Amino acid sequence: MACKTIVEDNIDILVAGAGLGGTGAAFEARYWGQDKKIVIAEKANIDRSGAVAQGLYAINCYMGTRWGENNPEDHVRYARIDLMGMVREDLLFDMARHVDSAVHQFEEWGMPIMRDAEKGSYLREGRWQIMIHGESYKPLVAEAAKNSADKVYNRVCITHLLKDEAKENRIAGAVGFNVRTGDYHVFKSKAVVCGAGGASNIFKPRSVGEGAGRVWYAPWSSGSAYALMINAGAKMTQMENRIVLARFKDGYGPVGAYFLHLKTYTQNAYGDEYESKWFPDLQKMVGKEYLDPELSHRTHRPIPTCLRNHAIINEVNAGRGPIHMVTMHSFQDPHLEEIGWHNFLGMTVGQAVLWAATDVDPKNENPELTTSEPYVMGSHATGCGAWCSGPEDLSPPEYQWGYNRMMTVEGLFGAGDAVGGTPHAFSSGSFTEGRIAAKAACKYIDDGKAEGIRVSDATIAKLKDEVFKPMEHYKVHRNEIVAGDVNPNYHNPRQFLDRLQKLMDEYGGGVTVNYMTNDKLLSIGLKKLQIMEEDLEKIAAKDLHELLRAWEVKHRHRTSECVLQHTLFRKETRWPGYYYRGDAMKLDDENWHVLTVSRRDPQTGKYTMEKAPLYHLVDADETAAAAE
Amino acid sequence: MPTFVYMTRCDGCGHCVDICPSDIMHIDKTYRRAYNIEPSMCWECYSCVKACPQNAVDVRGYADFAPLGHSVRVVRDEEKGVIAWRIKFRNGKKDLSLMAPITTKPWGKHIPHLKNAPAPSQEMRNSQLLYNEPKYIRMDDGDIHTLESNGLKLKKGVQY
Repeated sequence: MACKTIVEDNIDILVAGAGLGGTGAAFEARYWGQDKKIVIAEKANIDRSGAVAQGLYAINCYMGTRWGENNPEDHVRYARIDLMGMVREDLLFDMARHVDSAVHQFEEWGMPIMRDAEKGSYLREGRWQIMIHGESYKPLVAEAAKNSADKVYNRVCITHLLKDEAKENRIAGAVGFNVRTGDYHVFKSKAVVCGAGGASNIFKPRSVGEGAGRVWYAPWSSGSAYALMINAGAKMTQMENRIVLARFKDGYGPVGAYFLHLKTYTQNAYGDEYESKWFPDLQKMVGKEYLDPELSHRTHRPIPTCLRNHAIINEVNAGRGPIHMVTMHSFQDPHLEEIGWHNFLGMTVGQAVLWAATDVDPKNENPELTTSEPYVMGSHATGCGAWCSGPEDLSPPEYQWGYNRMMTVEGLFGAGDAVGGTPHAFSSGSFTEGRIAAKAACKYIDDGKAEGIRVSDATIAKLKDEVFKPMEHYKVHRNEIVAGDVNPNYHNPRQFLDRLQKLMDEYGGGVTVNYMTNDKLLSIGLKKLQIMEEDLEKIAAKDLHELLRAWEVKHRHRTSECVLQHTLFRKETRWPGYYYRGDAMKLDDENWHVLTVSRRDPQTGKYTMEKAPLYHLVDADETAAAAE
Repeated sequence: MPTFVYMTRCDGCGHCVDICPSDIMHIDKTYRRAYNIEPSMCWECYSCVKACPQNAVDVRGYADFAPLGHSVRVVRDEEKGVIAWRIKFRNGKKDLSLMAPITTKPWGKHIPHLKNAPAPSQEMRNSQLLYNEPKYIRMDDGDIHTLESNGLKLKKGVQY
């Protein structure tokens, strides 16, 4: 390929991926580093990239502390029970104590946030959710990031992080390519904030053919956050904690506003309430500590998302599907009906298209719900991501080794999906994490920790060959065949994606096996992924668009491998309704009330697994009393 | 619901190519007009539909589950700060027009340039505060929330 090499040198902070986390990082970095060189690399166009590209109709993480609604610790307790205890409470508390600042600034910038006419506070959809007209959420935060950055490289896909050659285990930047021009980009940077995305499309989706793009999380979320960090040797946590979503069937339209604001509820095909009858058996699996419907009823403690999925899955398997969302009551009110439609148009237009195509008028019929294929991400009701240091004023020693949100690779920071153990951050929390990471990254540089980073020309040349190899491979082997895509010497990116999805689905606990896996299946799956990795050396890209897809599927593959390693390690069923370990069908607090932490050795490709202790927030008085 | 492009409306300006988050809107080399090169990676996010100055990009529901004969159209106006939707059902019984604000202020005029903000003091650098804080993060005038201020401790072990 006749492509130029473009080297951007002397960067202080490189933001790799500019969704909500990355834009927050770029924005804030300018305040703490007013003379620093801040550069953004984004594989799409920052104005409409990341998971919030099409907008949002709610901000799902807002404390409302200034209205006396919630304190940070309330949110931590909520996330803790929803994730069956497996969260980083230091990071969660830290995010929650800052998040309101971000949300109020969004409003100052022009985001239409709905108000409660009586109280004057933001209009609540639920305890943590507020309602917005967020069609332009992404362009708005993009504007803030652009105001702060020295340069924004749109359409530059980051393929590798660069490690320092002067000091071991230190970051030195990243490389990638321009999806339009084919230029090879080298970013030499003192610190990197990884704002890349979680992973859709690693488990086979329910949709087939053309509809395969109708995934819950954006199809362009290619697990790059995880693959970049794993390949750089960063430790990961909670990668087994994939998420399954109960959503409107086929369109995967959001249900939050329906349940919380529009007061709809679910029933089985025969009009019966089904959830509670699955709870006694489920309670035997997970223990009364995690599932106590009476206590939940009394105290409004939520029933964990995964457990509610479990009830849907079992009711459908018992032959009483489909599950319906009962909308016919609420939607008689024309105002509520309008909110229902706005909710889709604001964040999942496709669901509105589907209802228009199938003449679903929720006033006259109760639409179907389903459980989705699993997704790997870290900002919704799940916490996959890197093992990051917490803030010095909060974190216990096991959680703290340097700068806030810095990973186990020096100078590599994360936000949003990239940070592990911090579920329920959503858009506002991801932006906030970006801000936190940026401040810490500036401090890291100011403390002189990034002095003397070095990247050799040999490394740059080697990675260039690697980046463009799929196009070379295509060129070499294309003319062995007459036409078409069947070639004995390569697969194209789509063929690899299909192979990955089938494998993950069948061995890793996808929809076609009812989210079930076990140690044997996982071991076979890992072997197959190993063979696939060998074959990925023979991936072929006929043009730059396919080169983008080639790197996306490589990143998805690495993410998948880590997911299976973690799933195999945690020998229990911690989240029934997300996935089941058939060989260990119970929750096991005695052995597994821990966070799982992995590291893949970049040289050997071998994983090391360990358990990290869980710390939980408790009342200080309580511990004092217990000590007496 | 993959996007498609009307032959007679598209003038090949490339706005959709420029904005598509999935890199699937490309210009056809023969017709010099845009089209969706990979419908199975389309999220129906409508970014390209909103960006098209000719209203040439539209959406037809996914072939594997959406019947034909529906329409969801949109016009987004940054100057007026509104977005207007029109939804038409396949059976013709519903024809909804919905409008929503997209901003409350002149576009982009109220987003700060932090390079012009007064530089943070050393004290602030050493604190846990972020830009513009502690504004908005408390009901009272206090500082950032800490474990101490909220009467909390992090305790190792099994807690619920």
